[in-house]
Amino acid sequence: MPETHPPKDEGRAASNLPPLSLHIPEPRYRPGDTPDFGDIDVPAVEATPRPGEATKPDAMRELSYGLVRVLDFDGQAKGQWDPKLTPERLRIMLRYMMLVRAFDDRMFRAQRQGKTSFYMKCTGEEATSVASTMALDRGDMCFPSYRQQGILIARDYPLIQMMNQIYSNRGDHLMGRQLPIMYSAPEHGFFSVSGNLATQYPQAVGWAMASASKGDSRIATVWCGEGSSAEGDFHSALTFATVYNAPVIFNVVNNQWAISSFSGFAGGERTTFAARAVGYGIAGLRIDGNDPLAVYAATQWAADRARTNNGPTLIEHFTYRSEGHSTSDDPSAYRPADEATAWPLGDPIARLRQHLETLGEWDAERHETQAKELDDLVKTTQKQSEKLGILGHGMHQPFETMFQDVFEEMPWHLKEQCDQMLAEQEAKFGPNWKPE
Amino acid sequence: MAETKTMNMIEAINSAMDVMLARDPNMVVMGEDVGFFGGVFRATAGLQKKHGKTRVFDTPINECGIIGVAVGMGAYGLRPVPEIQFADYIYPGLDQLVSEAARLRYRSANDFICPMTVRTPFGGGIFGGQTHSQSPESIMTHICGVKTVIPSNPYDAKGLLIAAIEDNDPVVFLEPKRIYNGPFSGYYDRPVEPWSKHDASAVPEDYYRIELGKAATVRSGEALTILAYGTMVHVTKTIVEEMGIDAEIIDLRTLLPLDIDAIETSVKKTGRCLIIHEATRTSGFGAELAALVQERCFYHLEAPVERVTGFDTPYPHSLEWAYFPGPVRIATALTKILKD
Repeated sequence: MPETHPPKDEGRAASNLPPLSLHIPEPRYRPGDTPDFGDIDVPAVEATPRPGEATKPDAMRELSYGLVRVLDFDGQAKGQWDPKLTPERLRIMLRYMMLVRAFDDRMFRAQRQGKTSFYMKCTGEEATSVASTMALDRGDMCFPSYRQQGILIARDYPLIQMMNQIYSNRGDHLMGRQLPIMYSAPEHGFFSVSGNLATQYPQAVGWAMASASKGDSRIATVWCGEGSSAEGDFHSALTFATVYNAPVIFNVVNNQWAISSFSGFAGGERTTFAARAVGYGIAGLRIDGNDPLAVYAATQWAADRARTNNGPTLIEHFTYRSEGHSTSDDPSAYRPADEATAWPLGDPIARLRQHLETLGEWDAERHETQAKELDDLVKTTQKQSEKLGILGHGMHQPFETMFQDVFEEMPWHLKEQCDQMLAEQEAKFGPNWKPE
Repeated sequence: MAETKTMNMIEAINSAMDVMLARDPNMVVMGEDVGFFGGVFRATAGLQKKHGKTRVFDTPINECGIIGVAVGMGAYGLRPVPEIQFADYIYPGLDQLVSEAARLRYRSANDFICPMTVRTPFGGGIFGGQTHSQSPESIMTHICGVKTVIPSNPYDAKGLLIAAIEDNDPVVFLEPKRIYNGPFSGYYDRPVEPWSKHDASAVPEDYYRIELGKAATVRSGEALTILAYGTMVHVTKTIVEEMGIDAEIIDLRTLLPLDIDAIETSVKKTGRCLIIHEATRTSGFGAELAALVQERCFYHLEAPVERVTGFDTPYPHSLEWAYFPGPVRIATALTKILKD
């Protein structure tokens, strides 16, 4: 180590200052603690004004620090942000969210049964993708992170294709190349999911810029978690979006946890994630992410804003990750088991159900019937999918597909390596082995 | 044959983009200072004025954003041609290049493609110091899913760039900036010769393409095979001619996919192989070439495969010419390989 010298006389006695100290963020509750979120500020539903979609970002800054809400805790829709959806539309929303949850439960169990390598649930966060997607036009392009299966469900993507991808089986149109849940569905406006975090952020901006440069009417929308908002890609995306006034909606799903790191490791102790928008001169909305109607209303506002050349919006969905990060995670090792139930904003499915029941448009019996119907649908589809194979049981894609699509045309070195791999299979399985 | 015009490498690259912007309404050019100003090396001069601001435009100083945005534009259906102002600046965008652009076709099984060409000037010899002189080609060839192209003269630069832009996969197009304005002999203390004295400066004004993956034989010979690309093609040629050696010089032009047939045929004929690049030595592209040559031509070799490269140090500013694989280093290697 080189010898370092403290600065000489700086005009005051350095020895009188307390030593510097480094702050390492620590979540408020660890396993064994009793979580109490009583100090989280939940403003009244009517307290938040809804500005016009063309409002300049600096005239609506307080919305980056507040909490847009529509549903109160008695199940009433109130205030300026109420999107006033018909009961039929509300029932469709409820059905999609319930289907996402039924699908998640079933696929999580399939992973535990050894049928695939990995799964990620979005329990408690269903509104942030389902309600958001329902407020978009069908042609709008979604750039999801790994926890937005609700987009596909809300766009009626075939469940069996999701399952085939999860099982990497013969029916998987991604040829078994991607980790489970990293879907791709261009015809449903769903971009290929990456395992590298927040890379989709600048890509969505690029798509939106392309749409604008072509005089199209479609917009882009993108999701990341509060944890990955710390990535440089996030800054790249917001910078490009504000520079070119790109028609894009940025969603930050603040579910409080990034694997075991709480939101404080992304800066959440200091300010809101919606407040990131302020520095870029972008509209920011902090919303109750467990309130499906608030999610719908905010997305609709941002979509109208983008579509009328009024620029991008950053929406922070304030929510809670009720379960582990993935099947590879054990949240009981780092947070209290009952944090989810202590969360002050409830559960999005329960809240929408309560609202519909309050309106007299739904009841317990219909709810139970629908839950069973969706459960049966998922089970039946799962059986069909498993006929096409599950991971690690031989019914994978043909071996040579490993080398396809690296490039549009296979160059010589990949052809050579493909031949080598096929010869290895022959050596392994005997002379009568044939490539599938 | 269409009208030709005398062009230096910058003008040829500019012409390739001009031709393609006119032919393909989906092509866009973007990068730092490329719009109104026309680029710090002038490669995009006049293109914004001619093709419009939404086709040729400046970007924030953010390489992650430039490449990431280009991936999204490609997904929409555009054909982006981003410029990274210096190859040394590509690293902030490397995740978008390696994990996104290069993998998109594969991971989505052709749902989405990335028909992007990243143009970027590379290499030293212009007193650029360590952040304006690097040669990162071996990093690019190590990414599966990216093609790597390096032209060595104006004619090739235009034809290869057009082929790269038309390619439906991501291409990193590395432009040897030391020879933008004229071929370099390797003697930094001699006057620079302009491109106009070189045959390859006669460039058709219209569209033409040179297929990717094809090397060019710059000089036929029997004594040994020299594999080079970019600036080093010209340095090598100068030294070989000075020494009166009957060398066969192969300009690789595309590093990936590599023209292995041209290499194999030549080395089997001459029995000797010298590899020359400006990039640092360890894990450089020369290592890959040396491995391929010994795998395929071992029983035809009469001497060990030799490499002439830059040293494994950052590119120094004041000692640039002690770093550069110039005449002395090349002559020493030639003498050794011919004696063995």
